[in-house]
Amino acid sequence: MTETTYLQAITMTLAEAMRADPRVLVLGEDVAEGGPWGATAGLAEEFGAERVLNTPISEAAICGIAIGAAQSGLRPVLEIMFVDFLTLALDQLVNQAAKGHFMSGGQLEVPLVLRTQGGAGQRGGTQHSQSLEAWLTHVPGLKVAMPSTAADAAGLLATAIADPNPVVFVESKTLYFRREEVADDLEPIPLGRASVMRAGRDATVVALSRLVGESLAAADELAGEGVEVEVIDPRTLLPLDFETIVESVRRTHRLVIAHEAVTQGGFGAELAAQVQAAAFDDLDAPIERVGAPFAPVPFSPPLEDAYLPGRADVAAAVRSAMGRQPADGSLEDR
Amino acid sequence: MWRIRVFEERVGELTRANEVHGLVHLSVGQEAVAAGVCGQLRYDDIVYSGHRAHGHAIAKGAPLERVLAELMGRADGLCRGLGGSMHLVDVEHGLLGATGVVGGNVPLALGSALANRLSGGDQVTVVLFGDGAVQGGIFVESVNLATLWQLPVILVCENNGFAEFTPRSAHTNVERVSDVVAPYGMDRETVDGNDVGAVHAGFAGFLARARRGAGPMLLECLTHRVRGHYEGDPVRYREALAAEEWQELDPILRLQRRGIAEGWLDEAGTARLAQDASEQVEEAVRFARESPFPPASLTAELVYAS
Repeated sequence: MTETTYLQAITMTLAEAMRADPRVLVLGEDVAEGGPWGATAGLAEEFGAERVLNTPISEAAICGIAIGAAQSGLRPVLEIMFVDFLTLALDQLVNQAAKGHFMSGGQLEVPLVLRTQGGAGQRGGTQHSQSLEAWLTHVPGLKVAMPSTAADAAGLLATAIADPNPVVFVESKTLYFRREEVADDLEPIPLGRASVMRAGRDATVVALSRLVGESLAAADELAGEGVEVEVIDPRTLLPLDFETIVESVRRTHRLVIAHEAVTQGGFGAELAAQVQAAAFDDLDAPIERVGAPFAPVPFSPPLEDAYLPGRADVAAAVRSAMGRQPADGSLEDR
Repeated sequence: MWRIRVFEERVGELTRANEVHGLVHLSVGQEAVAAGVCGQLRYDDIVYSGHRAHGHAIAKGAPLERVLAELMGRADGLCRGLGGSMHLVDVEHGLLGATGVVGGNVPLALGSALANRLSGGDQVTVVLFGDGAVQGGIFVESVNLATLWQLPVILVCENNGFAEFTPRSAHTNVERVSDVVAPYGMDRETVDGNDVGAVHAGFAGFLARARRGAGPMLLECLTHRVRGHYEGDPVRYREALAAEEWQELDPILRLQRRGIAEGWLDEAGTARLAQDASEQVEEAVRFARESPFPPASLTAELVYAS
């Protein structure tokens, strides 16, 4: 076992992919300097300026360049520094990358990985804190990965780079520096395979990214109340390991879906619709969703803290699904 | 040029007959650009085009019958019927793609040029776009990056003076597209885009240099869109050119006049060119009409590459 961080796992995986395959190149704003967190640190020194390309702040054009390079045989890993800035590149991602294979009748492939990161909690304000993954899951042709651990970040990134389709790899800025014990040899992880992070018989929590850790903490708390929660991290939203989720719901009869994104129109809405269609008769309670309120992320620290969904919200949603009052007897304002 | 002209006029008829479907943009009048540019390229050179792409595809080598089958949504179309008029792709002949979003093709060509440079090949990437694309931010981003990274890409602007329904003067104060790229130090030239000799000569110079890895460059071809923005456009926004005025400008008639004056073409030869083009186009119509529509299962099959 080795201790690493989510961020180091990404850096290591990029370097290994570049060593193994000369077609892999990295481009983005400030990537040769390592970027704001250091995700690409050391790559320019090892692989040179031809394969680690610093770009101007031109998200649309650099996304298009990455797509064109992918169509011509390279395997570019593009960094869009904040998922909020992906808005500037959406024509290229949605109209060019996602549809290239389809509208060419299968002639073109776009083996592109678009790394970006989202999430709030660092006082970034409205334009540097969003969780926009649900938009991406509405686009046929894209794949969307959203790892919550260092081992998953490494394993999924390696698979994404080898995939012949455009993969948006949504990292979490709040998880970057969390320490984690990982195996010495990290294996690639297939896209579309969920991870059961904790087994339980009473309720299923499907959580994304930062909310996975929050849900595990909620599960610890609920175990003290005699409620055993199963926590599932789907790890990729497109493709989605629906089987693992439905199988769990059929056993526990209760489902809570937790993500940091605004609840309305979030990925939880899609998952809830799919689960009720597949397992309506197995559900003993309405599906609960945990997410942010329908508002931009506020800047002021106490407001941001109040806005962000976390452990307590997940625990409350599970109690609600179980038909229970909170452990301390208080009625929560939900 | 004759093949493109006859093909597109036939496509216009087939559109009105509801045999060709969807949004169809014809390049009638602009054939000298397609012929003068794409006609000089190898199959392994890469071309990106836009929504008005039929001529570029044909001049790059795409078979007429497969282009037409695509426009008719048939299984034997270039893209198996999933692309349509604005999304022609023919990888075998180096047409990596037409795109329906104006200006969206320019950075793709830069990426292709980057790949060619890294692989050490001498292929050249060309992107064709209209003057309407130049006012988009992604054009300026791409010009900046192409010059910064000195990519072996040739930008070819078909400046037909109209962006959809609106004259260039109503969209920008910069009359010449070649002036837009001037501050970036990009090599540029503006030519009479209705004179295939001028287009050929201007492009040949750039091509020879790009073949050796130089770039980027911009060739602006001043031309004229005879038809509306799309088939069915009532063209209320401009006066059509008088017939005699157009005869002076028509790139095909101009080449014929030159050929006859220089003695390498005669009336019989002209008639033969027109006849050959008509026969090829009618053969393409027969082929496309006989091609089946693709199976409905194709839609789900092609969402992802495997």
